[in-house]
Amino acid sequence: MLMNNLAVQDKRRKAKGKDVFKRLGFAFCLLTFTFLTACGVRSDMQDQPRYKAYKKSEFFSDKRGSRDMVEGTIPRGQLRENKAFYTGKVDNPNPAAQAATTMDATGNTLVTSFPNAIDEFPIPVTKELVDRGQERYNIYCIVCHGPLGNGDGMIVRRGFSKPPTYNDDRLRNAPVGHFYDVISNGWGKMNGYAHVIQPADRWAIVAYIRALQVSQNPENALKTDTTKTGPGSAPPKSGDTPTGGKP
Amino acid sequence: MAQFFNKSANNIARISMVMGVVLAALGGFAFTQLARSSYLTGQFVEKQQPVQFSHKHHVGDDGIDCRYCHSTVETTASAGMPPTQTCMNCHSQIWADSPYLEPVKASFRDNKPIEWERVHDMPEYTYFNHSIHVAKGVGCSTCHGEIDNMPAVYQQNTLQMEWCLACHREPEKFIRPKSEIYNMKWKDGDLDAKERLDLKSDLKIRSKEMLTSCSTCHR
Repeated sequence: MLMNNLAVQDKRRKAKGKDVFKRLGFAFCLLTFTFLTACGVRSDMQDQPRYKAYKKSEFFSDKRGSRDMVEGTIPRGQLRENKAFYTGKVDNPNPAAQAATTMDATGNTLVTSFPNAIDEFPIPVTKELVDRGQERYNIYCIVCHGPLGNGDGMIVRRGFSKPPTYNDDRLRNAPVGHFYDVISNGWGKMNGYAHVIQPADRWAIVAYIRALQVSQNPENALKTDTTKTGPGSAPPKSGDTPTGGKP
Repeated sequence: MAQFFNKSANNIARISMVMGVVLAALGGFAFTQLARSSYLTGQFVEKQQPVQFSHKHHVGDDGIDCRYCHSTVETTASAGMPPTQTCMNCHSQIWADSPYLEPVKASFRDNKPIEWERVHDMPEYTYFNHSIHVAKGVGCSTCHGEIDNMPAVYQQNTLQMEWCLACHREPEKFIRPKSEIYNMKWKDGDLDAKERLDLKSDLKIRSKEMLTSCSTCHR
């Protein structure tokens, strides 16, 4: 009987010991669960406190994380010294020499004289440049000016003012600097594209416009002085071939 | 001493064991399905934008090149969101009086950017650069789907790591010639297996080991 009692007590003691472990285990699980649910899923790694392009900022008053450069800043290697390359204008433009303009039937203001625009490409015109110009033209210009430069692009068909064609004598004889200036600063209803097309690409587009003009007027283009209008023969300016201010 | 358990307990024990395994497997399966669901990845969920802008109209109907608006896709990590001026290049005249354009005009008038909702939100512990992908033969539609058929843009793919790695392990299955990058209608079947391998070496795409190294995407 006594032995029996002892055995039972022993069993109970052992069982009690197991209970303690069980309770500890249960408490541990509960604690872990509580911590996990209380903390939730943290996304500090997912959303880091740094700016990526176009991220909103609560710090700046205009809420833009992407900041403009301070006015007057010149990034290293992007000093725009070569006036012909970066503006398409002659070195010492005459402010008194204003471009003469006329109005055409559709209300476009047309330039008829180009006093300060340069007449030669400031970079060598190569096949690569014209190919690049074709690619860029088909992105940015084709929408209005059309595949051949006749001013019948899709946006014009949708109702935008029809731009003048490249394929008339006025623009065949216009200096290359004029096209560069219009791409950069716009003209009439056209906005400037300086913020999306880098200077070297603008010259590539001008070279391609010359190619389009030749393609639409082959007999006359080959007769005239090709050093002036032909894309393949414009002489490079000595020693200075900037590659454009790429970011 | 009487039997503590009924005889049927044997069966219950066996069934419990089997069901335990089955339930655990089902639970695991449910977890993987949930993790890949559009509820958690955002796949196929159209985002409402402040302007009812339709890529289907501008790309599909008008044929405007992707780069007309996303102009930095070839040079920087971000493909580039157009400034409001880009909208006004055409909409100064086209649909200029439409009430749908009011947020655009307000943005242009007040010089405040339009706050678009981000559709593809990569976690910030990943590094992604558009310019290298378009330079190495990954077309827009490979990741973004047929944008020219999307009135409201949605995320075509899961953007999960397994999706990125599927291409980084075998880029030759997904690349296309550089002239076709912006072609929304390109089909993977347009090249055969040998042409793909040739293209991979032409484009100087790096080895699988390089492309799947941790620091390629987590840097």
